[in-house]
Amino acid sequence: MTTLMRNLWRSLVGGGRNEPQVVAATIGARAQRAAGPSIEIAPNDPIIAYFQSAPGAVEIDKLTLDSPALRALKTAGVKLAVALVSQGELIGLLNLGPRLSEQDYSADDRALLSNLATQAGPAVRVAQLVRQQQIEAQARERLEQELRVARLIQQTLLPKELPSLSGYGLARYYQPARAVGGDFYDFIQLANGQMALVVGDVTDKGVPAALVMATTRAILRGAAVQHDSPGQVLEQANDLLVPDIPRNMFVTCLYAVLDPLSGRLRYANAGHDLPYRRHGDGAVELRATGMPLGLLPGMQYEENETVVEPGDTVLFYSDGIVEAHNPQRDMFSFGRLQSLVAGHAGGAPLIDFLLAELARFTGAGWEQEDDVTMVTLQRDEAPALAASAPAAADAANAWRTLATFSWPSEPGNERLAMAQVAESVSDLGLEPARLERLKTGVAEATMNAMEHGNKFRPEVPVDFVVRASDRAVSVCITDQGGGQPIPEAHVPDLEAKLAGTQTPRGWGLFLIEKMVDEMHVTMDEKTHTIELIMYLKGGADGHQTA
Amino acid sequence: MATKPLEATVRQEGHAAVISLRGEIDSFGEETLNQAYDSAEALGTSAVLLNFSGVDYMNSTGIALIVALLARARKTGRRLLTSGLSSHYVEIFQITRLSDFMSLYPDEATALAQVAG
Repeated sequence: MTTLMRNLWRSLVGGGRNEPQVVAATIGARAQRAAGPSIEIAPNDPIIAYFQSAPGAVEIDKLTLDSPALRALKTAGVKLAVALVSQGELIGLLNLGPRLSEQDYSADDRALLSNLATQAGPAVRVAQLVRQQQIEAQARERLEQELRVARLIQQTLLPKELPSLSGYGLARYYQPARAVGGDFYDFIQLANGQMALVVGDVTDKGVPAALVMATTRAILRGAAVQHDSPGQVLEQANDLLVPDIPRNMFVTCLYAVLDPLSGRLRYANAGHDLPYRRHGDGAVELRATGMPLGLLPGMQYEENETVVEPGDTVLFYSDGIVEAHNPQRDMFSFGRLQSLVAGHAGGAPLIDFLLAELARFTGAGWEQEDDVTMVTLQRDEAPALAASAPAAADAANAWRTLATFSWPSEPGNERLAMAQVAESVSDLGLEPARLERLKTGVAEATMNAMEHGNKFRPEVPVDFVVRASDRAVSVCITDQGGGQPIPEAHVPDLEAKLAGTQTPRGWGLFLIEKMVDEMHVTMDEKTHTIELIMYLKGGADGHQTA
Repeated sequence: MATKPLEATVRQEGHAAVISLRGEIDSFGEETLNQAYDSAEALGTSAVLLNFSGVDYMNSTGIALIVALLARARKTGRRLLTSGLSSHYVEIFQITRLSDFMSLYPDEATALAQVAG
């Protein structure tokens, strides 16, 4: 009997559903014959009504019902069936085939089976409930897993480090809501030392939002290197997103381009919350109109500009802060945010200040409703490299071209390029040590361009543009290997190289980054350009001289 | 531009084998450098000094060659020392952390004084 019970148990509980299930079993010593085929009973089968009211064991052969389940029971050779009932609900049948002795079931057998069924019914029901709970727990776990994936996508793509920007301080805060909204932000280094700032928000949540965010980020990065105009960047991003974005989803996005030398900030807006520029003791909205990305093709985006003056802070943010509610269901609101920004000294501490105000507003036990994202851009009070003469700021911004030339992609030509760059900048008074570093940077970048960009095809040239401002030298090195991104520079693992578990090579990009004051990589379909910038003088700002 | 192929001479000074390098250390110098190190190893000394005073250019491929030599030296328990690196290349050896694994000396005499006895 123990074996019979165990088999019954497995068959009934293992099903994991609420419909009654039937197990054919044979009473007898030979356990291997104990479990029979499992029979499904449709919810509308008349046999259910019959068994719900049938007391004790029922002889199947004597039953006449128009029931598919009954036919199946007969086919399976079931002789006797006992209903398993829990709280008036049929949860299964205990079925027995012919006795091995070929005798009929006795009254004792039937009484024993009835008793067994009375006790087994509720026990099986409990087991079914446990099983159901396990399934629900697994479903919850799957949901959690999906959230983890969404978070992972989002966090992998958000900048891990803030770019260092001479004369400016950048700070960011990003806190996803539990269900993970679609906030994102990005910094993109552009040619000529400019930098794009992006803050955006994808409608919807979870993995779909994270994927749209990843796509939008990639599209914006592509558009950013192709177009100088922020309006055109958004226009292109919109046209690329429209055909691919899922219905009912769209992306709001603020895209701004900063020229660090002049402080000029050009921006366009695809339906995103307006940034605030804190200046003096006020905070002004940076307004530009435009539809969110992904709704309609052919949209145009207004483009405006402002100047971030020394001491100014610009706050970029998402709606997670302004739409936060307090227990009285009031919103934090733009008005409150604007007056708080106006009343604060700005810079990175502004973020902490706003978070404290947000916490004070929402009160304890607030469950964050949406992602909260803030990025601040502050211009130093005294610009690091500013000259004192009034006209100097303009003069310093002007880049003049010193030389343009090309070299075929043949090993050894990096020396020639290096010498030519050194010659071009010889009148600028670059400190000797800084000149050596620039030369090494140029040689390494040229080698990469010849080898990785142009695959050492001699007929494919590497192009050079050497420019100077009053403060810095810029060398742009362009190869024809576009489309393939240049990998990020990483710190080589010398121990692994010495242990022979890693190639001894792989120093180029790391060296370049260490040699020069700024390195900017841009790419389009055809070309890569790496721009190396060396300040004429080191000092507090020349972080590499330490 | 005529590049200067790497030249290397090997001699023994006391407990050290000295490899004097002239020219440029880049991919073209690989064979010369490795052969020179083979000869130095054959001298059976416990230390090998690389004298860079005649080297006017070294690129990242050259750095990789030095890393490979250093890996060989460590395998056989030899000390690798350098002398005569210009201040620019001293900086590069520091940035790449090669200087954590090989001592840098301004000149050959100072370096050899370290391996005496």
